[in-house]
Amino acid sequence: MSTLAVTPGQKTESIAELKRRANRLRIEIIKMIGAAGSGHPGGSLSEVELLLGPYFRVLRHNPKDPQWANRDRFILSKGHGCPALYAVLADAGYIDHAVLATLRKLGSPLQGHPDKRFLPVLEANTGSLGQGISVGIGMALAARLDKKDYHTFVMVGDGEIQEGQNWEAAMFASYHKLQNLTVIVDYNHQQLDGFLKDILDPAPLAEKFEAFGWRTVEIDGHNLDQVIPALETARQETGGKPTCIVANTIKGKGVSFMENNPEWHGVAPKPDQVAAAIAELEAAAKTL
Amino acid sequence: MSSTTVPKAKFELKMGVATREAYGQALVELGRSNPNIVVLDADLAKSTFSAKFQKEFPDRFFTCGIAEANMAGIASGLALAGKLPFASSFAVFLCDKGYDQIRMCVAYPGVNAKFVGSHGGISIGEDGPSQQSVEDYALMCALAGFVVLNPSDEFCARALVHRMAEHVGPVYMRTGRPKAPIIYGPDDKFEIGKAKQHGDGRDAAIIACGLEVGYALQAQAQLADEGIQARVLDMHTIKPIDESAIAQAAQDCGAIVTAEEHLLDGGLGSQVARAVARTHPVPMELVGIQNTYAESASPDQLMEKYGLTAPYIVKAVKAVLKRK
Repeated sequence: MSTLAVTPGQKTESIAELKRRANRLRIEIIKMIGAAGSGHPGGSLSEVELLLGPYFRVLRHNPKDPQWANRDRFILSKGHGCPALYAVLADAGYIDHAVLATLRKLGSPLQGHPDKRFLPVLEANTGSLGQGISVGIGMALAARLDKKDYHTFVMVGDGEIQEGQNWEAAMFASYHKLQNLTVIVDYNHQQLDGFLKDILDPAPLAEKFEAFGWRTVEIDGHNLDQVIPALETARQETGGKPTCIVANTIKGKGVSFMENNPEWHGVAPKPDQVAAAIAELEAAAKTL
Repeated sequence: MSSTTVPKAKFELKMGVATREAYGQALVELGRSNPNIVVLDADLAKSTFSAKFQKEFPDRFFTCGIAEANMAGIASGLALAGKLPFASSFAVFLCDKGYDQIRMCVAYPGVNAKFVGSHGGISIGEDGPSQQSVEDYALMCALAGFVVLNPSDEFCARALVHRMAEHVGPVYMRTGRPKAPIIYGPDDKFEIGKAKQHGDGRDAAIIACGLEVGYALQAQAQLADEGIQARVLDMHTIKPIDESAIAQAAQDCGAIVTAEEHLLDGGLGSQVARAVARTHPVPMELVGIQNTYAESASPDQLMEKYGLTAPYIVKAVKAVLKRK
């Protein structure tokens, strides 16, 4: 896998190339979680395009200068989805690919949930759900106070939307007209214990955010032709409103026996299942 | 414990402003010298006195509404983006409602954010137990890497707010609602982690923090009248505790009494006991709130009823002396 150096504002890969990259990343994620023997494959596979869009097309960032003061910020509030983030960061040039095999192992920079003490390129520590939007608000406020034009993106899970803090944050962000803040909901309709509709359905999500004063857009979260424009628009002038992108996704996307099966929220595939998943993804790669 | 069994202390201290008010003043001073200071509050700015900062620096002040969890997360994000945030509310709401967020987004990543909880202890008075923070020392001391402060008077508070800003890392400070007795002057120096010693009595050491320091000084005077020479340590920093001052006190006096406006579980007494056990074991008595919640009454009545005033410290000193 080649390492891509992204320079500020550069558009580097075609949608077709990104699709192939998404497929390779899914293979990487399965390998990582399989080798770790624990982790969260379902929500990692659902968010791949939602990470690729930012890191390969929209975020203003520079892997050669990770602490660049005017970089866009990206917070993975659904911290358990970190294998996908680590794989994307490796592809983007922040992490050596060899390190991916150390996920969840003693001393690894790739902790079970994102931990910037071990991996300083991360913008925040996450893992206790429902907190990422608040942290993102702090960054968006700081940008405004410092008269900088960086944008802050926060990806949240649909399950964690059940945490009340999100709605404290939603009220605050629109009241303060934080158009430099974008929330991406990985709406895969499942959480640990099962389907959202059987637990505590946050639907209708877009309407809720809209009622809280946000600009909202609903997209197919696996379709990069929708993901990238949605992110790009959110980064522009939005009439003072923060943006919420409700991205419909499939939990376990790309691995048929994981798709739409809540059992794969937080269980690692066994070696034979790793092999089956990779075979399926490799076969799919031939059609891309 | 009945208030009638213990005589009232005669040594009276002159009252100054509340430590929460000193916090507000110090914030303004900080705001003038450091453009990076940002202040957050959760609809209690008039009570915590962060409103003083709001008045002078409206652009750098954010009221989060009654939403402490969100406020703690915002403080983290501001600090991660290079600002120096101070977030305040009542201690009980800030610590208890913001705890997971302060742990997850501040303590664990080691973020440089500051938290100030006002109306600590039971001396808030009539509002009652829902507003009385009697567990904030324990909660905040249980956060790895946190510095935990409780100043005794306005000068101590003001100086420590400046030390908070200079310290790189998370800090919590408790301030109080009522006027605090004046113990220091504007030229007194305070350092995080360094106790202030009052007197060098060698019969017993009284280690106190916050409003209890005033009562400890009253107790010291009363004991002196009875021929017992006690020293008082103002342990304004509960974590990291001044272990060397405690070891010295244990060695010199051979008996220690702690006094705190907090539950005895996990508070100042526990921290001191750990240091004593580790350095120079001597008998100890602990003055504090005994496994209960208080009630509505005037601050003075509550401090008396729940055993936190000078006479109770005197009693504890006499008890510990018998165990020497």
